[in-house]
Amino acid sequence: MQAHYIEFITVGFGLLLLMLEAFSKGNKSRLGLLAAAGLTIILILQFMVCPCAAIPEWMSRFYKYDSVALFYKVIALVSTILVLLMAVDFRKVLSRYTSGDETNSGLGEFYCLPVFACAGLMWMASANDLVSIFVALELVTITFYVMVAYMRRNVGSLEAGVKYLILGALSTGFLVYGIAWIYGAMGTTDLATITSIIKNGEFAEAKLTYLLFGIALMLIALGFKIGAAPMQLWIPDVYQGAPTPITAYLSVASKASGFLVLMLVIGPFITWSATSTQVTLILSIMAGATLLYGNLTAINQENFKRLLAYSSIAHAGFLLMGVASGDFTSVSFYLGTYLLMTFSAFFILALVRDQENSDTIDAFDGLAKRNPILAATLTITMAAMAGIPLTAGFLGKFLIFSAAIQSEASWWLIAIGFISVAAGFYYYLKVVKAMYWNAPRSEKSIQVPIITKVVLVLLTIGILVFGIWPQPIFDLLRLLN
Amino acid sequence: MLFALLLIPIVAAIAIFLGSPSRITALAAALANIIVAAFAITQGSCSVSFQVLENPNINLSLGLYDGMSVIMLILSVLVTLAAVYSGKCPEGREKLWFSSTLLIAAGAIGAFLATDVFFFYAFHELALIPTFLMIGMLGRGDRKAAAWKITIYLATGSIILLAGLLLAMGHLDSFAFSDLKAIPAEHQNTVALLLIIGFGTLVSLFPLHSWAAPAYACAPAPVSMLHAGVLKKFGLYGILRIGMEVAPEGMAHWLPWICVLLLGNIIWVGLVTLNQKRLDLMLGNSSVMHMGYIFLAIAALAANGDNEIAKPAAVLLMFAHGISIALLFSLSAMLEEKTGTLEIAQLGGLAKKAPAFAFLFGLAGMASIGLPGLANFAGEVMVFFAGFADWSPKDGLGWVQITTIIALWGVVLSAVYMLRAFRNIFQGPLVKKTSDACDICSCDVIPAYLLSAVLLIVGIYPQLILQFL
Repeated sequence: MQAHYIEFITVGFGLLLLMLEAFSKGNKSRLGLLAAAGLTIILILQFMVCPCAAIPEWMSRFYKYDSVALFYKVIALVSTILVLLMAVDFRKVLSRYTSGDETNSGLGEFYCLPVFACAGLMWMASANDLVSIFVALELVTITFYVMVAYMRRNVGSLEAGVKYLILGALSTGFLVYGIAWIYGAMGTTDLATITSIIKNGEFAEAKLTYLLFGIALMLIALGFKIGAAPMQLWIPDVYQGAPTPITAYLSVASKASGFLVLMLVIGPFITWSATSTQVTLILSIMAGATLLYGNLTAINQENFKRLLAYSSIAHAGFLLMGVASGDFTSVSFYLGTYLLMTFSAFFILALVRDQENSDTIDAFDGLAKRNPILAATLTITMAAMAGIPLTAGFLGKFLIFSAAIQSEASWWLIAIGFISVAAGFYYYLKVVKAMYWNAPRSEKSIQVPIITKVVLVLLTIGILVFGIWPQPIFDLLRLLN
Repeated sequence: MLFALLLIPIVAAIAIFLGSPSRITALAAALANIIVAAFAITQGSCSVSFQVLENPNINLSLGLYDGMSVIMLILSVLVTLAAVYSGKCPEGREKLWFSSTLLIAAGAIGAFLATDVFFFYAFHELALIPTFLMIGMLGRGDRKAAAWKITIYLATGSIILLAGLLLAMGHLDSFAFSDLKAIPAEHQNTVALLLIIGFGTLVSLFPLHSWAAPAYACAPAPVSMLHAGVLKKFGLYGILRIGMEVAPEGMAHWLPWICVLLLGNIIWVGLVTLNQKRLDLMLGNSSVMHMGYIFLAIAALAANGDNEIAKPAAVLLMFAHGISIALLFSLSAMLEEKTGTLEIAQLGGLAKKAPAFAFLFGLAGMASIGLPGLANFAGEVMVFFAGFADWSPKDGLGWVQITTIIALWGVVLSAVYMLRAFRNIFQGPLVKKTSDACDICSCDVIPAYLLSAVLLIVGIYPQLILQFL
């Protein structure tokens, strides 16, 4: 089977779900399970793709299939499956703010849209050309506009939707404009051709300013997607307002795809002597500012969802540090581990939100007494996010830091990185503190639905196993070589 | 087999968490660990290695790398048993109490068994969260502030340490201990500085020591025993094992600073200790103070890499101090249980009511101030000898010699505070708090007897420990 069929199958599956939704009655949450099951089959199909099957010419201009593409497709599929499963357990809150009752009747589209976003994310992983990158990115972003504002009876969700729409549209403008400048300077939008122009020294030096301007515009646009300073301001409000499963989706899949595009676009320029100084410097400054902003503002947060939003900015800072050091493998590894711990945190947040009707850190008070295993799980997750050794989170940071030190990145960036890790310990442990030291708000024990339970067990095992034995993720990153 | 040493406490901790009887499981695990450790040491080398990552090459390898690891392993398993036995767990919190204690112990054992820099660092951090939870939830006094303080200090210290290690590892072939060698001279000073600050924070080197005393005073007995007795030795072990190997010239470069700071530990913190009114704070500060002597041996080694006494001196004193401070914290927990207070001024005459207890406390106190015949004496004497090893009067006094001479006065300070505390608590007339205290029943103090016996035997025959080096 050829690689690009998988994306067609995914889009077709999404359309099928929409049809089913239109004609089905009753409990719409079954649709979510169906979508998750369908995507699981697609995930299995993805590994059955024959990498040797030639991609037809009309397609290969826009599409490539290699290990990195496979890795990011797996990230897209796994996170979409997890989002759908989370949304199934989160349906009570969702329907309260959509249909206004508990009938689930307004939830149908909520289980279909992620499938389209997933197709976009998968396409982006294979994109080979600035135009196909743009088209795929738009498919993802437009789907997200709808999903962020899905809880239409909730002012927070609507506000988040508007903010995301305006800033997203603005960043799209920057992206197109940047592509235009790069096209003007390079004469092509094909990334492979750009690389070969650079390699063969065919680039006219006179156009360097235009090229750098184009790169800068692209960096601004991608800065929005990944939440890097100074384009990070939308993140806290949008993350806090959006439905929790969508926040998780934004924070993992949307960020991962943003980093993938960043690495695809910046990759040729970061090693090229004519542009590497400027590009590395801008990336380093962005990384440093993002790290400081994310970590220092997170310290004061009282709301767990908002804390996770700032923590996601902080993680973007570490990832940018990896990109600035030119070690893309470590960045991919970090994103893989980031998926595990972020989803673990959001699953627990969605559960507590569902039962306590609150997102604040106070809602976690005394969780250790109400459900010790859940508290232990969240402790491991927070430890991983803070980067405590023997968890996957530490290895990600460890590899990024060793790449930064070995590539002789700016010493101030490395110093900011280490300061940020130290700040991270404080705010992640604040959650642990609330769970163990504080008295519970009520004695009622917290019930964990079966889907959440299974997913949490798997994610926690993943965090611990990959913290000690990370080789499988690296093997996946090299599977087709 | 070495994996078993690591897995027994971890598996036991998980079992306790999932509902197995807490105290029995923990004791069984600690005992099993002593037996396995004895077996592993007598059997000789049995190192294991398992590659977890190809590039960079990281291996999960455990082994008794050299005598220093063996001695630290003995210290860890002995103190673990005593720690599991000590202290009084509040009703209903047994799960957290015992599983955290075992996890802290597992972290220490893992760090001393690792023969790869990555896991050496990683295992040490296993103790971080259990310590945070134990002090914050089950401690006493101003426990929340103390828990935050120790956690932030140790985490920051570890991060600085990580920076130093990563910088050094960039110049080495692999993370294995056997591949450690001196890095290019131009990087040595930076690496040495980062390692001294990083490891120094973990060892409570002056002026990064202020986390230690309040944390030990507020912590439940097992935590202060394991931390002051075992985990704090991690930093010293790290400097001897890694710092001296990768940056010998860098360490020599910072020698004057090390000397001044270690005098800060011995004299400054010594004077602070003199002023303490509570027994637990006094013990906490005294443990910070004694780190200065071990740093003195390290300074002697940094000044002269051929100094043959310095390393054995440091290791012997690490061992002796670990045993004696663990014993003291265990006894002070018992004292609080009996009398309900640790304010020295509120106690008195306890020796009349509890002679056996007074004897044990006296023995531990004497050991900690370095009375001949007990293990600490052998260590301290060797440290002072190391300061003057290979020295002849015509060289004039160097940094190390001057430091040694000043450091000798620290022994007087320790004698003053320890003897004064002993007199106030155990001698004189009985007071209200002590009048209805009873003596210890023998089953409570099995671990105390065990630790005392070790102090005595090693004190009389230090070769028993030194033979491993």
